[in-house]
Amino acid sequence: MKKISLDHIGQYGIAIAFVLICVLLSILHPAFLTLSNLRVILTQVSINALLAFGVTFVIITGGIDLSLGSVLAVAGIAAAIFAHPDSYPLVVPLAAGIGTGILFGAFNGFVITKSKVPPFIVTLGTMTIARGLALIFSNGRPVSNLSDAFNFIGGGTIRGIPFPIVILVFTFIVCALLLGRTTWGRYMYAVGGNELAARASGINVNKVKMMVYTLCGGLAGIAGVLLTSRITTGQPNAGMGFELDAIAAAIIGGTSTSGGTGNMVGTLLGALLIGVISNGLDLMNVSSYYQLVIKGLIIVGAVVLDSVSKVR
Amino acid sequence: MDQKLSSDYILQVRGLKKTYGGIKALDGIFFELRKGEVHALMGENGAGKSTFMKILAGLEKLDSGEILLEGASYKPRGAYDALQKGISMIHQELLAVPELSVAENLFLGKEITGFWGKWIDNRAINEMAADRLKKLGISIPPETKMKSLSVAEMQMVEIAKALSNDARILIMDEPTSALSDREAERLFAIIEDLKSKGVGIIYISHKMDEIFRISDTVTVFRDGRFIDTRPAAELDQPALISLMVGRKLTGFFPENTSEKGAPIYTVRHLSRQNCFHDISFELHAGEILGISGLVGAGRTELARVLYGLDRADDGQALLHGEPMLPDSPRTAIRKGIAYVSEDRKLVGLITKMSVLENISLASLNQYATYSYIRKKDEQNAAGKLARHLRIKCSSLHQRVETLSGGNQQKVAIAKALLSKPKIIILDEPTRGIDIGAKAEIYHLVRQLASEGLGIILISSEMPEIIGLCDRVLVLSQGKQAALLNKSEATQEKIMYHSMPR
Repeated sequence: MKKISLDHIGQYGIAIAFVLICVLLSILHPAFLTLSNLRVILTQVSINALLAFGVTFVIITGGIDLSLGSVLAVAGIAAAIFAHPDSYPLVVPLAAGIGTGILFGAFNGFVITKSKVPPFIVTLGTMTIARGLALIFSNGRPVSNLSDAFNFIGGGTIRGIPFPIVILVFTFIVCALLLGRTTWGRYMYAVGGNELAARASGINVNKVKMMVYTLCGGLAGIAGVLLTSRITTGQPNAGMGFELDAIAAAIIGGTSTSGGTGNMVGTLLGALLIGVISNGLDLMNVSSYYQLVIKGLIIVGAVVLDSVSKVR
Repeated sequence: MDQKLSSDYILQVRGLKKTYGGIKALDGIFFELRKGEVHALMGENGAGKSTFMKILAGLEKLDSGEILLEGASYKPRGAYDALQKGISMIHQELLAVPELSVAENLFLGKEITGFWGKWIDNRAINEMAADRLKKLGISIPPETKMKSLSVAEMQMVEIAKALSNDARILIMDEPTSALSDREAERLFAIIEDLKSKGVGIIYISHKMDEIFRISDTVTVFRDGRFIDTRPAAELDQPALISLMVGRKLTGFFPENTSEKGAPIYTVRHLSRQNCFHDISFELHAGEILGISGLVGAGRTELARVLYGLDRADDGQALLHGEPMLPDSPRTAIRKGIAYVSEDRKLVGLITKMSVLENISLASLNQYATYSYIRKKDEQNAAGKLARHLRIKCSSLHQRVETLSGGNQQKVAIAKALLSKPKIIILDEPTRGIDIGAKAEIYHLVRQLASEGLGIILISSEMPEIIGLCDRVLVLSQGKQAALLNKSEATQEKIMYHSMPR
């Protein structure tokens, strides 16, 4: 049954690229292949990976979500406001952060399914709204002085493993199962593959879309909580441009922007690849300006590869 | 080979092979085309015709074998290169830019620029286009926007475009599939004209009468292999069919073996504005009810309402006595109504997905516990149905887009059947399907009826309606023109009632 078909080449391609770059970096810099550095990479990757998982669902249905970075910021602020020491139990800031993300996601889904305005435009609007609300809720200032319990989420460790990595692994498993093994996942591919046929097959297309945007928002909420906790401050300007890194991870991982294809393993590898490259460039003291250029080239390269493999 | 003889041929293909991921699409093909000849290429879907055409048109590369174009080795680097060398293909799906004018489409990529450099000289283009269209006897003003043309007219423009490349070889893939009889006649006249000018034409069609009417030579492929090349005059329809399917085809239409049961579905005074008006009929278990009519008579529109894709304005439908006008396909499927659309690629299937995923798509919930898909159950159910319908695929995980038309149609039917319907609406179930697969589908439909399903069969093919259906509902301009019993349903009578008045 398991055959190597064209579908899988993109995925193997990225796995191979990932291994090659890791080997290269460990030769170039002795500090790269150390346990502590790997911990740093995974912790840094966790936030982008969460966003990328969410946007993978959306892109598979043929949509896009540009509001992720801003939703992350407003969710982070919402969590921080309730996370001061001796104010509320931990569950309140968590619920506030994740709930905010879910609300924004549901709003995106609602407008997109009711109005038939392209997702690109709707989420571009939400991006601005969410950023504005993040500034309003925080009066434009960082929200600091957060409880230790809250700060554990982004900074604590369990048996030496940083907690963000635990969240990353857990979320990955849930998302991969949801996409690969449930009816909902199947419906997402169907909607992205051919919306008319999906509807004619009895799939509630609007419900599926509603679901993916809400899911994507919820994951942005979790990422917002994680980031706020890690930097122990709610930053209204956090997450600028994060949506692009997330989309890049999904696309590098083989999710096609035309919808209907992609998977979570690919997206995870995409996020790891981006993380490893920026870590390697950091180690080698490459200026962050150059890092941007390099990252952009990799994204363009990945998309070109994707379209070349489709043409043949 | 004798030098003098071989110079008669503009195209010679020898021992052509092409393999896709382990499957031999073409296995030793021989083909020879003379100047001024219409050479029909026949074979069931999946016989390798399309792959062969694609190689000639430069869209695919061959694995081994050789192609000679006027005696010289021909290895196109791409579609453009093939065009340059004089091989033009008219695609089944039309590839025009709808927002541009006819003239602009004709000269796309070869814009004539005037004195001022890069400015396009529109007047010159329009004049040349008018000239070219006139030569072909096509009376379309060159300034007309492509999107305002009928399908037939677009096809004419495509042909004009192909010829504007000074084509020596013209490949036509099902050129009449979207044409009316009168338009087809015009196409045949153009083909005659091209023949006299020495253009070699490779012609693919499933319509037998066309083949015998216009072709000089017939070559048959089967399962990627070359079977035979013969002068068309030496062949008749049964001989050609047996070459294509490799066996004698008996009992093209199945015997009526099903018992007509109790009425299960009643439609009363159903109307939808601008589509159809006041339609009433009854459908019995075990019955095949045909719906006939000209294009635009409202047949598909009626099916869409019965399946919940569109809403009715007035009237009702009763399934087992219960009101049943679904508000969505979801409800329709749940209540036991299935629909196989006339447009497989657009509405019927998700071609990027696998055979398995398509078959189970409309009934996935039956194979899931709390939304978690029980893959084994899903595979067993879909696999059983795929074997039952004899879907030809390398595995259930093969993508549907790589299947032949007939097999795609079977996947669409399998999807409908897996939802365990009481009524199944088949809209043009044999469109674009080769003759062997057609017969299989007819037998399948009859078998379903004898299992007690009620079947509504919409078809534009008269033999299908007459040969397969127990009763025929004739629509004309959205109105119910007649409801004929099997004994009354003759071609003349159906045509008579179909005509607008």
